[in-house]
Amino acid sequence: MSQFSPPACPVPHEGADRILLAHGEGGRLMRRLIRDVFLPALDHPQLRARADGACLPPVEGTPVVSTDSFVVSPLFFPGGSIGSLAVYGTVNDLAVCGAEPLYISVAWIVEEGLPVAVLSRIVEDLARAARTCAVSVVTADTKVVPNGAADQVFLTTTGIGRLRPGIQWDVQRVCVGDRIVVSGPIGDHGIAVLAARGTLGLELDLASDSAPLHELIGATLAHSPGVHFVRDPTRGGVAAVLHEVTEAAQVTLEIEEAAVPVRDPVRSACEILGLDPLYVACEGRLVAFVSPESASSIVRLLQSHPLGLRAASIGQVTGRGLAEVHVRSPLGALRVLDEPAGAPLPRIC
Amino acid sequence: MRYLDEYRDPRLAARLLDELRRTVSRPWTIMEVCGGQTHTLLRSGLEQLVPRGLSMVHGPGCPVCVTPQETIDRALLIAAQPGVIFCSFGDMLRVPGSEGNLLEARARGADVRIVYSPLDAVQIARQHRDRQVVFFAVGFETTAPATALAARQARLWQVTNFSLLVAHVLVPPAMEAILQAPDNQVQAFLAPGHVCTITGFEAYCDLAARYRVPIVVTGFEPVDLLEGILWAVRQLEAGRYRVENQYARSVRRQGNREAQQVVAEVYEVCDRTWRGLGMLAQSGLKLRDAYADLDAERRFALPPSRSKENAECRSGDVLRGRIRPPDCPAFGTRCTPEHPLGAPMVSSEGACAAYWHYARRQAVGSRS
Amino acid sequence: MCLGIPGQLLERIEEEVGLPSGWVDFAGVRRRVCLACVPEAQPGDYVIVHAGIAISRIDPVEAERVMAYLHRTGALAEELPADRPEPPAKTSPEPLRET
Repeated sequence: MSQFSPPACPVPHEGADRILLAHGEGGRLMRRLIRDVFLPALDHPQLRARADGACLPPVEGTPVVSTDSFVVSPLFFPGGSIGSLAVYGTVNDLAVCGAEPLYISVAWIVEEGLPVAVLSRIVEDLARAARTCAVSVVTADTKVVPNGAADQVFLTTTGIGRLRPGIQWDVQRVCVGDRIVVSGPIGDHGIAVLAARGTLGLELDLASDSAPLHELIGATLAHSPGVHFVRDPTRGGVAAVLHEVTEAAQVTLEIEEAAVPVRDPVRSACEILGLDPLYVACEGRLVAFVSPESASSIVRLLQSHPLGLRAASIGQVTGRGLAEVHVRSPLGALRVLDEPAGAPLPRIC
Repeated sequence: MRYLDEYRDPRLAARLLDELRRTVSRPWTIMEVCGGQTHTLLRSGLEQLVPRGLSMVHGPGCPVCVTPQETIDRALLIAAQPGVIFCSFGDMLRVPGSEGNLLEARARGADVRIVYSPLDAVQIARQHRDRQVVFFAVGFETTAPATALAARQARLWQVTNFSLLVAHVLVPPAMEAILQAPDNQVQAFLAPGHVCTITGFEAYCDLAARYRVPIVVTGFEPVDLLEGILWAVRQLEAGRYRVENQYARSVRRQGNREAQQVVAEVYEVCDRTWRGLGMLAQSGLKLRDAYADLDAERRFALPPSRSKENAECRSGDVLRGRIRPPDCPAFGTRCTPEHPLGAPMVSSEGACAAYWHYARRQAVGSRS
Repeated sequence: MCLGIPGQLLERIEEEVGLPSGWVDFAGVRRRVCLACVPEAQPGDYVIVHAGIAISRIDPVEAERVMAYLHRTGALAEELPADRPEPPAKTSPEPLRET
């Protein structure tokens, strides 16, 4: 082990309480960071070996892989943090494909100047979330970028899972008559994060719905015939998922506005800000397209699980050939629901 | 939510619609002035549900839509100044100026922040004494008290790094401009309930008498709108033209005195150019001399503007109710929310955007 | 015009310097609201809030009266609230039948 610090590194500051560019340069500071911050939380033999990659045992059945990036402000919010969000989000991407999640890799881009204590807390959250889901963080990478080049922390994950036998969830299987089922109230995450930023002055008792869905799916949808397609709405809310389906399958969907579950504080916050809950982000909900015969039993099954208590059928596939989402208002008239275009802006006028 | 949900009751709405059907005996054209009312009409599908004889025309009640391009350009100039924190309501961010909008300015590095209240902007100024904080004061008479109170708050807190870019406009002159047009089709108005909460409705009595049009001060929920339409139609059928107050739970004849006082303290009436409608005399507000030091246009010594409106945009005709958005040749083709030619396509209350989002296709627009 | 949402005034906040304000609850969401335009509002009252200021105090008597009138069986063409002008007889040629 060389004692020499390459001149390219800024003067190493032993015991620094903030992340420096040096922490990302592969030198002594980085090793120290890995040893003191990452490994204590993410203890896994593969990670400990510190190889650039992890050798995994063969996956029984069809391997499924997914990748995602996580950017959130504030980093910590009621119900989670960027660390837990990254794990649950990756697990959910795999779970809605019909896979059991197994392994995760995490790439960290950290802004110079971030307090080490903050990074530590995020790592611990991430580790705890991984343990909750029984997934292993098997490999990781860290880069540090200059102050201003990133908003504190960006995370990119890759998840590997194993397709559950017998699952054939595919958007092309969505048919006319299918019912659209949502697993719980929508918009919790988006409103909780917006409120946590503090810029709009709203105080509410609401946590993000950020949660892993693989156990819910394993206990319900995975064994239900009649499930055609499943997605977890994140940015762009339920509206984004609905549009994804109309585009891919060229179908028309009709949503019953009164049937969509929304928590009171989310509803109130949306009224005050002029937002439509259908466009507000979720992080622990699923939207499933299921055959009409199986819809009621699937809803009941979801309702019997803690993460699906307020599951509901919110609409159906009404036609093929016209890729549109229609919403029936409580008064009975139909309107077209547009694709989300950028972040929903609070309106006042 | 109390005092909200009751006015969305589908059973009440259905009964009002029934009564409306029984009352309408010939075609009538009614204009709702406020963008918030337009939003509800389209979102709940009321426009499809009212009897076929009734034509609902959307008026210039969207302050975002009527803010002239040159005002947006001035906002962009100020936001680009080093050290400025430019605060605005959310829906102003996508309105096009001559060269982009405030959202794009933010992407280029300007510190543009969305606030819910102008008072929040004063708070930001208090917390950042080394920065110039500017609030984009857009809106009708409903919003003027809030920005006037922000001016008062800045004085009380001795916050000197705060200023206002004022673009407030007044409703009655716009209604009069519509009524004076030789080809005016509008026979009755739903007056804006929150504007009248502030101003009262004396000014509308004058308009009703002079132009012989019924005017119903109306709220914003489906039951409010249906009731307002019903009362307007009853008057039309009976040949009457009076002002009625449907929104009595919030609106009093004399309006809100305290709000009127703070507006009068900070602002005075002036001539104002409206996007699409041109210059309307005595239709805007500007800061009084006593508050002139809070005028952002003076503080930043902006050069005279040289804005050009997009020639193809027919927002003027839309705002006057002469055409409906789908009648515009550019609607849905060269003009969409992603690349709007004018403000009514961007603002969530703008007639064009409302049509785009809610009632675009014929298939959905048919009575269902 | 504009987004004005009804909320319940929970408490007034004592300000040493600055505009009078209070906490308003909107069915579970709370926000600090300027009360300068509603000096008569007391905790428990409902106010309409726009852009962070209360623009009116909801008149509960008026609201109850209108709601009761709308809900009464067959009421839509009959009795009218006191401050509305009476429509002439030909507005409703026959009594409203409850469907």
